[in-house]
Amino acid sequence: MDRWTDGPARRILTAGVLTGALLFTACRREERRFRELPPSTTPTTVRVSALQPGTMVDTMHVANPYENNAYAQTEGQRLYNAYGCVGCHANGGGGMGPALMDDKWIYGSAPENIYTTIIQGRPNGMPSFAGRIPSYQVWQIVTYVRSLSGLTPAGSRSARTDDMMMYDGSQALPKHVAPKQSFRPPASEMP
Amino acid sequence: MLQVNQSVLHAAGPRAASTEHLWWFAFIVAAVVYVLTVGALFWAIASARRREREGELRPEHAHDRMTSGVGAGIAASVVILLVFLGYDLSVARTRDPVPKQHPVTIEITGRQWFWDVTYADTSPHGRFTTANEIHIPVGQPVLFLLSSSDVIHSMWVPNLAGKKDLIPGYTQSLWFQADTPGVYRGQCAEFCGEQHAKMAMEIVAQPLTEYRRWVASQSGPGAPPADSVTKRGQEVFLTGTCAMCHSIGGTPAGSHVGPDLSHLASRRTIAAGSLPNTRGNLAGWIIDPQRIKPGAKMPPNMLEPKDLDALLTYLQSLK
Repeated sequence: MDRWTDGPARRILTAGVLTGALLFTACRREERRFRELPPSTTPTTVRVSALQPGTMVDTMHVANPYENNAYAQTEGQRLYNAYGCVGCHANGGGGMGPALMDDKWIYGSAPENIYTTIIQGRPNGMPSFAGRIPSYQVWQIVTYVRSLSGLTPAGSRSARTDDMMMYDGSQALPKHVAPKQSFRPPASEMP
Repeated sequence: MLQVNQSVLHAAGPRAASTEHLWWFAFIVAAVVYVLTVGALFWAIASARRREREGELRPEHAHDRMTSGVGAGIAASVVILLVFLGYDLSVARTRDPVPKQHPVTIEITGRQWFWDVTYADTSPHGRFTTANEIHIPVGQPVLFLLSSSDVIHSMWVPNLAGKKDLIPGYTQSLWFQADTPGVYRGQCAEFCGEQHAKMAMEIVAQPLTEYRRWVASQSGPGAPPADSVTKRGQEVFLTGTCAMCHSIGGTPAGSHVGPDLSHLASRRTIAAGSLPNTRGNLAGWIIDPQRIKPGAKMPPNMLEPKDLDALLTYLQSLK
């Protein structure tokens, strides 16, 4: 009895349980939720510019439910191609639309900013996808778009992609500094 | 459920017939070998007991008998395996080459998890796209050009031919001919993801006149809405999420992510052979596809009951 309550056996047992518990910490990375309920909140007030009329209202922050989920990110990549994002933004390098794998963000890089950009559309060509893409899929696309410039945790990034890669095992160079929040006004409003 | 044929032992065409002969040959040879082996074992036991009783069994002869017995066994196995190999090669040599005359060419793209089917034609207006249900004329060789847009799939219609893999970025060819009219079920035979099991196809072999009539009905655009309900249904389809992935000929919906729905109502099944094509099944599939086929690429759709009803009426009018 004493063998199991104290002494080296107990220490080994504790170490074993803790090591075993470590194995489960990564489970959420691979979680696949097929019957998805949309997040209860959708961002309504999102600041996309340094200028704002009236009283200052701060952005309503919404946690992206998929930020750490590898499956959602690869689904995001699939949907990014399926819904035609790739037609203007290429595989992140940009073309007709701005590049997504750099650190320039006209309307902000936070998940809620990208979400509203997709839903509302933006001047000079970005169409509104409201009512066209289910909310949970928009969040998956947001996750993928953020991963292009290394804003999502490296641990949840896909090990392999069929598209342009900066180096093996990643979709973009890792970013050790926080991305610049460039709140430039839209190009059309530039002098 | 729909009753259809899916069996290697009920060949409906020359390719499957040669496979069936090969199967029966292998079965009969294996059965004979089994009976002979078991018979020899019992004979050996009986004879050894008899000779032991009569005092004839001497251990110094055992080694010689063992050597000759094992030698004979190996020789017989090699001969039988060579015969199998020769027969197999001869079947492959005579049946694999595509016949010079193949009036129908069908391009199939494997997708997670359905079969995208395009009937090739020399003129662009003769081409048309459908999904999962392939009609072929009886008594004519049909050429299939197989490819995949995501992972490796494999086309297998046991009543008509053997398996052939669909490989991304590479076109494989397969041909077969149906001699008996009927509906033959095919199945993806290479594990391709969560819904591999629900990736089925149906080959409908029919006489040439019926086949021509079917081709004529599939070639045109989808039926335009005739009344206010179908008009509303088309509006729901085009302004909602449906049009992001599906296409209907003659409408602005032209996306090729999901199956083409131009003539959905003419098909026997929905969701790649998962369910019979009825109004109720279609409604359940549109509202919550993940309940029926978890992992399928189609998202759940929150539709107002009135809109769903109109959409169903519209989809069922697409004959």
